[in-house]
Amino acid sequence: MAIRNKAFAALALTSMLGVAACGSTKDDEESATSTPAAEATTEGAAAAGGEIKEGLKIAFLPKQINNPYFTISDKGGEDAVKAFGGEFKRVGPSDTAASSQVSYINTLTTQKQDAIVISANDANAVVPALEKAKAAGIKVVTYDSDTAPEGRDLFINQAAAEDLGRSQVQLLAKQIGPEGGEIAILSATPNATNQNTWIEFMKDELSKPEYSKLKLVKTAYGNDDDQKSFEETQGLLQAYPDLKGIISPTTVGIAAAARYLQGSDAKGKVKLTGLGTPNQLRDFVKDGTIEGFELWDPGKLGYLAAYAAGALASGVITGAEGETFTAGDLGERTIGAKGEVLLGPPTVFDKANIDEFDF
Amino acid sequence: MSDVKTNVEGDVVRTSDSGFDIKRLGRWETVTVFLLLMAILYGATTSGSDFLSGGNLNSILSDMSEIAIIALPLTLIIVAAEIDLSVASVLGLTSALMGYLWNHGWAMEMIIPAVLVIGALAGALNGVLVTRLGLPSLAVTIGTLAMYRGLAYVVLGDQAVADFPSKFTEWGFGTFAGTQIPNPFVVFIVLAVVFFVVLHMTGIGRSIFAMGANEEAARFSGVRVKRIKFWLFVVTGAISALAGVVYAFRFASARADNGAGLELSVVAVVLLGGVSIFGGKGHLLGVICAMLLLGTLRNALTLNDVSAEVLTIVTGSLLLLSVLGPSVTARVREALRRGRGVDAPPTPTTT
Repeated sequence: MAIRNKAFAALALTSMLGVAACGSTKDDEESATSTPAAEATTEGAAAAGGEIKEGLKIAFLPKQINNPYFTISDKGGEDAVKAFGGEFKRVGPSDTAASSQVSYINTLTTQKQDAIVISANDANAVVPALEKAKAAGIKVVTYDSDTAPEGRDLFINQAAAEDLGRSQVQLLAKQIGPEGGEIAILSATPNATNQNTWIEFMKDELSKPEYSKLKLVKTAYGNDDDQKSFEETQGLLQAYPDLKGIISPTTVGIAAAARYLQGSDAKGKVKLTGLGTPNQLRDFVKDGTIEGFELWDPGKLGYLAAYAAGALASGVITGAEGETFTAGDLGERTIGAKGEVLLGPPTVFDKANIDEFDF
Repeated sequence: MSDVKTNVEGDVVRTSDSGFDIKRLGRWETVTVFLLLMAILYGATTSGSDFLSGGNLNSILSDMSEIAIIALPLTLIIVAAEIDLSVASVLGLTSALMGYLWNHGWAMEMIIPAVLVIGALAGALNGVLVTRLGLPSLAVTIGTLAMYRGLAYVVLGDQAVADFPSKFTEWGFGTFAGTQIPNPFVVFIVLAVVFFVVLHMTGIGRSIFAMGANEEAARFSGVRVKRIKFWLFVVTGAISALAGVVYAFRFASARADNGAGLELSVVAVVLLGGVSIFGGKGHLLGVICAMLLLGTLRNALTLNDVSAEVLTIVTGSLLLLSVLGPSVTARVREALRRGRGVDAPPTPTTT
């Protein structure tokens, strides 16, 4: 859960950054803007095509080596690399300090890997080292947590805000059924960038005619604090006795809400969904507190990242907007704006499939 | 000018000798040099041209920059029979402050001196608690380790400031005048010369050795023990702050968790360099060798895809070895001197 929050924080950060130049104070800094994305698009989608070469050396560098989430994502990457006949390798630090990935990047550069697939602990600290790697001809793909755009060729985005926002409403609507009713959102903090973006898309989705019977009565904030989220859930149920469902788009919130519901009369009557990890919510899904919740499948994320790295290193793609490449079982993918490739809609975890996932 | 054939008390006499003494290098430091050569040989044979390339030398040295810089003043502190575990937290605090001040529109030319002063003040607090209140430095600096790190989080929270001017961050990642020596490492080289001269060629250095070997004796012979110790903590704070500046530029990122846990590596380097944890013994050249040893070994192991866990174990074992090693070699020497054969079986001969 902490992983995810950090990942989002990094995501939010990178989207705010990307502005840098010279000067001596911050004001000077901000007056000079660069537009790397625009430059990338003008290069055009030429000179692309062909097959992924065999024998490519692809190195995965997760945030942390002994973290179950990355164990799964990198297993997906390994499967993909094997599928296209490459040489897979996985290295990384045992802590998540900003700097601990840098020496690994330097080592991978020295080893002349064909591509580095990295989930950045710090969106900026790794950039100089990655630029050095790129200068040495190594392709860089980020997954899960992006770096500043100049540090990588492509970013595999697991959490397209629109998909995540809309699909949570769709999931809850399905669970509540056609009669609808009052629903609430249990978010992180009032100014959490990711959550607020998703909530905007949720509201937009709710405004569609098919959800006219769903009424959003309150957005509560648990501050990503377990105790506070627990109390907020309690408060929601007391204030709205007819509440039919809660969406909690934060791993801390959904776990706390599930714990409250599990011990209350509302269990099973008030539907709960949102974003969480299978390990954290397995018991709640099995005892019926939660019917289903979502998250992306980290295995697919790693799989797609590996194919993107392979395609880049083989010259099938250059990283420009509009280019396409085939990512094995996932089919054809197109590079979007700012060098991003979307993983696609999130995976729904329920009783039927939750035991296939361990993270 | 020390005597090789020392008796039991002779060790104390020798240790208070701080002059440049090649014979002292013929002890634990030799083992460090030997281990360093082994590490280089290991790297060269297992990773060949990758390991020996200039770019790799660059990454070994730049990875060690902050550790190397902080190890210098810490050597003096440990020779004086004190310890400062708050160094990495001072580094984190100054990084965080840099980010904070930068966000508040300060010019970088103002920020750097300001954070150096803050670092000196942080060291001064350690110094006052240790010398004026007579508290053990281990306890004091464990306390400030937590406190300064906490302050860093208060200052910057969990955000990262990364929009420093590129002329500074490019310096942090660049190399010196076309060589493969990273700029931050040049800072170390300059400081190393200064610290070497102070520790091994001046009266202050001799005083530091004297008070580390026997504080009472040093005081009675006129060494201003408390004053020197206080200033050692101040200098350590300021140099740690400088390492914080270097760190923030090298990674182009100011965060409150910068350098977390770095103190262990620094202490490991100093002890592995043959500086006695009990004070009074040590040589800066040994520390520099140990620093190169740690950097080379980590690099060579990483090039061989040894996992992060194993790397941590290696660092820990080196630290253990560094504490054990000198005391074992001292005992072996002792045993050899007392006459061979007597102590071969450790069982007592008579009762």
